[in-house]
Amino acid sequence: MKKLLIALMTTTAALSLAASAEAADKLKACWVYTGPIGDFGYSYQHDQGRLQVEKALGDKVETAYLENVSEGPDADRAFERLAREGCKIIFGTSFGFMDAEVKVAKKFPKVMFEHATGYKTADNLGIYNARFYEGRYVLGQIAAKESKSGVAGYIVSFPIPEVVMGINSFMLGAQSINPNFKAKIVWVNSWFDPGKEADAAKALFDQGADIIVQHTDSTAALQVAEERKLHGFGQSSDMIKFAPNAQLTSLTDEWGPYYISRVQAAIDGSWKPDNVWLGIKDGAVKLAPYTNMPDDVKAMAEATEKKIAGGWNPFTGPIAKQDGSAWLKDGEVADDGTLLGMNFYVKGVDDKLPQ
Amino acid sequence: MDITVNILLTIATAATPLLIAAIGELVVERSGVLNLGVEGMMVMGAVGGFGAGYLTGSPWIGLLAAIVVGALFSLLFAVMTLSLATNQVATGLSLTLLGLGLSGMMGTGFVGQPGVRLPNLDIPGLSSIPIVGRLLFGQDPIFYISIALTAAVMWFLFKTRTGLTLRSIGDSHASAHALGIKVIRYRYLSVIFGGACAGLAGGHLSLVYTPQWVENMSAGRGWIALALVVFASWRPWRVLAGAYIFGAVWIGQLHAQAFGIPVPSQMLSSLPYLATVVVLVLISRNKRLTMMNTPASLGQPFVPDR
Repeated sequence: MKKLLIALMTTTAALSLAASAEAADKLKACWVYTGPIGDFGYSYQHDQGRLQVEKALGDKVETAYLENVSEGPDADRAFERLAREGCKIIFGTSFGFMDAEVKVAKKFPKVMFEHATGYKTADNLGIYNARFYEGRYVLGQIAAKESKSGVAGYIVSFPIPEVVMGINSFMLGAQSINPNFKAKIVWVNSWFDPGKEADAAKALFDQGADIIVQHTDSTAALQVAEERKLHGFGQSSDMIKFAPNAQLTSLTDEWGPYYISRVQAAIDGSWKPDNVWLGIKDGAVKLAPYTNMPDDVKAMAEATEKKIAGGWNPFTGPIAKQDGSAWLKDGEVADDGTLLGMNFYVKGVDDKLPQ
Repeated sequence: MDITVNILLTIATAATPLLIAAIGELVVERSGVLNLGVEGMMVMGAVGGFGAGYLTGSPWIGLLAAIVVGALFSLLFAVMTLSLATNQVATGLSLTLLGLGLSGMMGTGFVGQPGVRLPNLDIPGLSSIPIVGRLLFGQDPIFYISIALTAAVMWFLFKTRTGLTLRSIGDSHASAHALGIKVIRYRYLSVIFGGACAGLAGGHLSLVYTPQWVENMSAGRGWIALALVVFASWRPWRVLAGAYIFGAVWIGQLHAQAFGIPVPSQMLSSLPYLATVVVLVLISRNKRLTMMNTPASLGQPFVPDR
């Protein structure tokens, strides 16, 4: 039933495609989102980027998007449809669109394709990603400074490299302040289920955590923190309105500048497939204003942010794996390939990675 | 001790929307109509409740709006399946799809806005009794409504004449019609009641559980409610038990994880559906039991001869 539902949903999504009158001199740029743009999280942020493109490039560009497109075979149709409808550049924003984009890119060699968070490229298919882990290191440091119990609650979705990387980076940040810092990790098996996220936050607080970190998209966990007069971090969007006394900062994505530059390149005819992994220094990963913390913690966070923007990588040795075996030697920096395929914890993480 | 109370409170919050939506659907199915649109009605209730609460600043108006929106939305289903005798499964599914899409559209302006929260009950004196105080006298109002609703539906279905009539329609609409019972009218009212309950459950999500609006925020709870009705073999008190069992399993596994006990959380997430399959297998093994509990004309369209 769920499958049928998803199939039907994709169809409705396809039908609801915002199609406006086509002007010959306008470049049509299109986006495919896996979630609804109203999720106030990941897809929402990508759509904010699209709106920035519209604003910055004005009448030189026309945009369209498809939301709620399920990852997997169904995605083929979404991309093909956009390509047929005259989209000149198409951004696929979710990891699961990778194979669909590779396939459709081959069929439409004149259309420019871009894929977020994947690793396959082609002559007309570029990839882009954001180094969220950089921000998570800063969150870890703040958590270690601000926590009284020395225990953070960490709500996570699925054990993919992106998420594991985030946990590791957070723990490295926290351990740099308090070597005995602990994080209790709870997997909710969903990117987006406000109710479950709230339940997970309650469970973690009940068990002694006093700061909540999330790698899920809704504001629910922060609202629980607000209610309990404890602290937490937002995710994807600035969530300060939902938790004015609880949010310390929020790890947000800012895709606008990248999208503007790529669409501009497409207009100029200078577009080439690239492979970029943007971070704090590119402005793609941003930390919302630091709030609800003393000035010295704020200063420390800002200093770390600056250090990372200056090119320092949180995954710089010496770092040991969870079982104590050596991973990075003193001064050695993890290469991007290892990070993108990360499937192990660093030392001090108190959880068994679901396989 | 405090942690036990907290766990129980969390379970109650998680179980309440399931219970309310399932109780509503139980009445609908007892009248012989299968409405698969619970998820859609729930999410419409959530957006309606959030919107009204946000715009007026009163969570109580939001609560009322959630009920009304759910009921109105189910009316669409009623007109289609009862007056126009469309296929109930297909119509129910489209109701869900329509609800998910429409609510997203209606809620565009509410995304990223903090809403209002329905305050917890607080009876001076009683609420501060250790342990039982918060459990019995300090929860959100919808919790009490859900319990009262279950009791009321139990009494209505099995202790009143109207309830008996409703069940007889569910078992054989042709016979009921032959006896002069207004089958369509009963079914209209049942469907609308089911819609109101689903709307209320949605309102619980956006006004109590997680006071916010985001698209698809019901996240499959409507489907679990549907499964619960079958799991409970159309008995109200079993729906209550089932909702709390599902809630307890879910919250329990979160605590187990936080405690460091490795549990396969994927498996536990699918437990409501697994449990339903097991129950279906069990009850279908015993023919008499199946006959006794399943509304015999469930899902069949009824066109009265004139």
